[in-house]
Amino acid sequence: MRRRNFLAGSGAAVAGANLIPFLRSSAAWAQGAADTLVIATSTTINSLDLHRVGTNRPSYQVTVNLYDRLLTFGTKVTADGAVVYDYTKLKGELAESWKVADDGMSVTFKLKPTAKFWDGTPVTADDVKWSLDRAVSLGGFPGVQMKAGSLEKPEQFEVVDAQTFRIKFLRKSKLTLPDLAVPVPFILSAKVGKEKATEKDPWATEWFHRNPMGSGAYKLERWDPGQQVVYTRNDAWVGGPLPAYKRVIIREIPAQATRRALVERGDIALAFEIPSKDAQELKKAGKAVVVGAPIDNCLHVLCPNLDFAPFKDKKVRQAIAYAVPYDQIFKQAAYERGVPMWGGKSATPADISWPQPFPYTTDYDKAKALLSQTAFKDGFEVPLSFDLGTAEWGEPAALLIQEGLSKIGIKATIDKIPGANWRTRALVEKKLPLHLENFGGWLDTPDYYFFWAYLKGNLFNSSNYDDAEMKALIDETLHMETSDPTYAPKIKRMIAKAFDDVPRIPLWQPFLDSAMRKDVAGYTSWFHRQPDVRFMAPNKA
Amino acid sequence: MTAARLLSIAKRLGQTLPVLAGILVITFLLTRALPGDPAAYFAGPAADEKSIAEIRKSLGLDRSLPAQFLIYIGQLAKGDLGQSISTGQPVVTELFTRLPASLELTLAALTLSLLIAVPLGVLAATRPDTWVDHLCRFVVTAGVSLPTFFTGLALLYVFYYLLGWAPAPLGRLDIIVLPPTRITGFYTIDALLAGDFATFRAALAQLTLPATTLALFTLAPIARMTRGSMLQVLASDFVRTARAAGLPGRTVLFTYAFRNALLPVVTTLGMVFSFTLGANVLVEKVFAWPGIGSYAIEALTVSDYAAVQGFVLAMAILFVALNLLIDIAYTLIDPRIASEA
Repeated sequence: MRRRNFLAGSGAAVAGANLIPFLRSSAAWAQGAADTLVIATSTTINSLDLHRVGTNRPSYQVTVNLYDRLLTFGTKVTADGAVVYDYTKLKGELAESWKVADDGMSVTFKLKPTAKFWDGTPVTADDVKWSLDRAVSLGGFPGVQMKAGSLEKPEQFEVVDAQTFRIKFLRKSKLTLPDLAVPVPFILSAKVGKEKATEKDPWATEWFHRNPMGSGAYKLERWDPGQQVVYTRNDAWVGGPLPAYKRVIIREIPAQATRRALVERGDIALAFEIPSKDAQELKKAGKAVVVGAPIDNCLHVLCPNLDFAPFKDKKVRQAIAYAVPYDQIFKQAAYERGVPMWGGKSATPADISWPQPFPYTTDYDKAKALLSQTAFKDGFEVPLSFDLGTAEWGEPAALLIQEGLSKIGIKATIDKIPGANWRTRALVEKKLPLHLENFGGWLDTPDYYFFWAYLKGNLFNSSNYDDAEMKALIDETLHMETSDPTYAPKIKRMIAKAFDDVPRIPLWQPFLDSAMRKDVAGYTSWFHRQPDVRFMAPNKA
Repeated sequence: MTAARLLSIAKRLGQTLPVLAGILVITFLLTRALPGDPAAYFAGPAADEKSIAEIRKSLGLDRSLPAQFLIYIGQLAKGDLGQSISTGQPVVTELFTRLPASLELTLAALTLSLLIAVPLGVLAATRPDTWVDHLCRFVVTAGVSLPTFFTGLALLYVFYYLLGWAPAPLGRLDIIVLPPTRITGFYTIDALLAGDFATFRAALAQLTLPATTLALFTLAPIARMTRGSMLQVLASDFVRTARAAGLPGRTVLFTYAFRNALLPVVTTLGMVFSFTLGANVLVEKVFAWPGIGSYAIEALTVSDYAAVQGFVLAMAILFVALNLLIDIAYTLIDPRIASEA
């Protein structure tokens, strides 16, 4: 029996469906069943406008599916058959073509002439400028992300003519063009925006919060906050190949057990973001397909904070790196859904791939020997903190680390911190002596990761690592082209320093897994960790 | 008589005003005392100090506590409970859509559990130490000792996953059904009012498993209280007198004993209702029920001040109304109470 034909009969709910025209738009709802994709997520979408203050991460998927950007990334198939985005391949979404000026200080985009917003008005360079101005002016996270691509001021964005748009660079940076393909610089209708703007709200965030107007692959059909978002296909989309499904329903199902039952029974097409434990079990049971890939530029790490006296000593940090039971953690916290990040062959990196395994293994003798060379040879006490929001892997990992540390005389006490508190204490105040952290960079270059996580004062450097040479290396490489002959040696030096100084001890590179019904295909893994429904299609195989 | 009753109701309402005012102040202070910084949380994954400060300002959290409180009271006077940052909706809208969902579930569960628990309790009391009494004891013990999320998951596993009888646990309605036009916010009632029986059935089907789960949980106190209070009344002098006077067993049981035994049952019912409304978070999560409990929990974990305050206020008002209703019910059951008040 094909479960997805739930229309055909799953209980009393549907008994009358084909008898009575009981739905006000029953034809559309019922006939579309085969063209409808149902996805379950655990998290609440709290806004349809990413630029607005307070928009949460799960809401980014709305931007991905409803809006276009100038550029997007291509896709590739990995060795184990997963479809993933390809950071090295930029494609036009609203841009038909683009050309970097000969002096390398600006880029000029030609827009697709047939691109239209859902209301039928053409997408022009004015819309692009208004949208990018908005992204750099509203502050908050969008501003930070734009800045990462050296996109900081409205003066950088210039309308040449209706179809031509230019961005003037503040500096030459390899991050600028990829940063135009992340969800943030999405293109909204400037006409609607200007109409709905008020003096207090010049960028119409209150309007776009509920009423999107874009040119993307899907339009909004309805949004029932806390329950569901329904997308309908925009048949006039020019940003890419027309998606297979006419409508997509994103339902919020908070309980993981329920999501899993739904996908195993075939009532939903995709249970987005499942715990590694379920991924491992579902893979064995074979009732649903587990789709997922390692998250690029993302690591689950143990951070010894250099503000805490014992961790000022490099040897103590190294001792800890030798006292982590990596293999056990990988089995019991990651359920083997990850890439091991320990046991590297050499203390000098062979290449500039990132992340790559650090040259540490579980070796309590070595750990003890290192610790005995320090002032803390008799051990010490330290709280080990993790975010309750990531307890799925954080709790087992913390317990195993606690056990490992106890073998070299370090007494760790487990400290669970609730979500709202976590950001403040771990990332803003940076006051947790020893904690688990899981930063992942959207832009996939090692220097970008190091910029956020190894530079004094930056948000994800929760270890308070501060090193002059590292700072110089990051400053030099952050905007440098990867083809520059001095790039690779500098990155290698950077990684070698990270190996030796270990202000962050990597445990593993996590996977983002989802469970998909067997008759569905086209799931693509993205750096933004959101479901991109535009690529999903019925499985013809 | 009626005037006296109205007066007593007015008096009771008057007494609730200071209570509500106290609740306002306490929730305001308590939410501010929560650890955690909503501005940092809502600034997003890669925010720096500057953007956190911007958000703090836009949320009004950079002002002093008294100033924040005055703004809050001012808004409240206009019926504005503020904007929930975690869901991006006005708190009033959220309460307006979620409260009926929780109430529908809780009332359905209580009705179901009353229908089973009261007869069971009465039967157990009239036939102590027979199989009915043992059954009653078993149900009561099982009901209190099984946590609701476990019962919920177990029912889901059997009736949805294994047997496929229950509809997919996707919330208040299956994906193919559109919600009925809103009148009361109760999907079953709205569907009936619209004469739309298919939607009614769909809503009822979605309601069945979660309501059963909650009913199993609430059966215990009601059945126990009915049994206990019936036993006590049956052993009392006036029942003995009634029996001695040769009244038929049925009349003794229902007219004299049961009516007198009802008072503590109604009290228990009020208590059960209040804790069920707050405690069905887990059931709401398992069945993806968009109710008020899960909303409040989410709001609490992210320090969403406006949402927490709105929730507590709504619950406070609800309980005040509930207590009043119970008091009125007392006077209906036992007219002596009304004249005493």
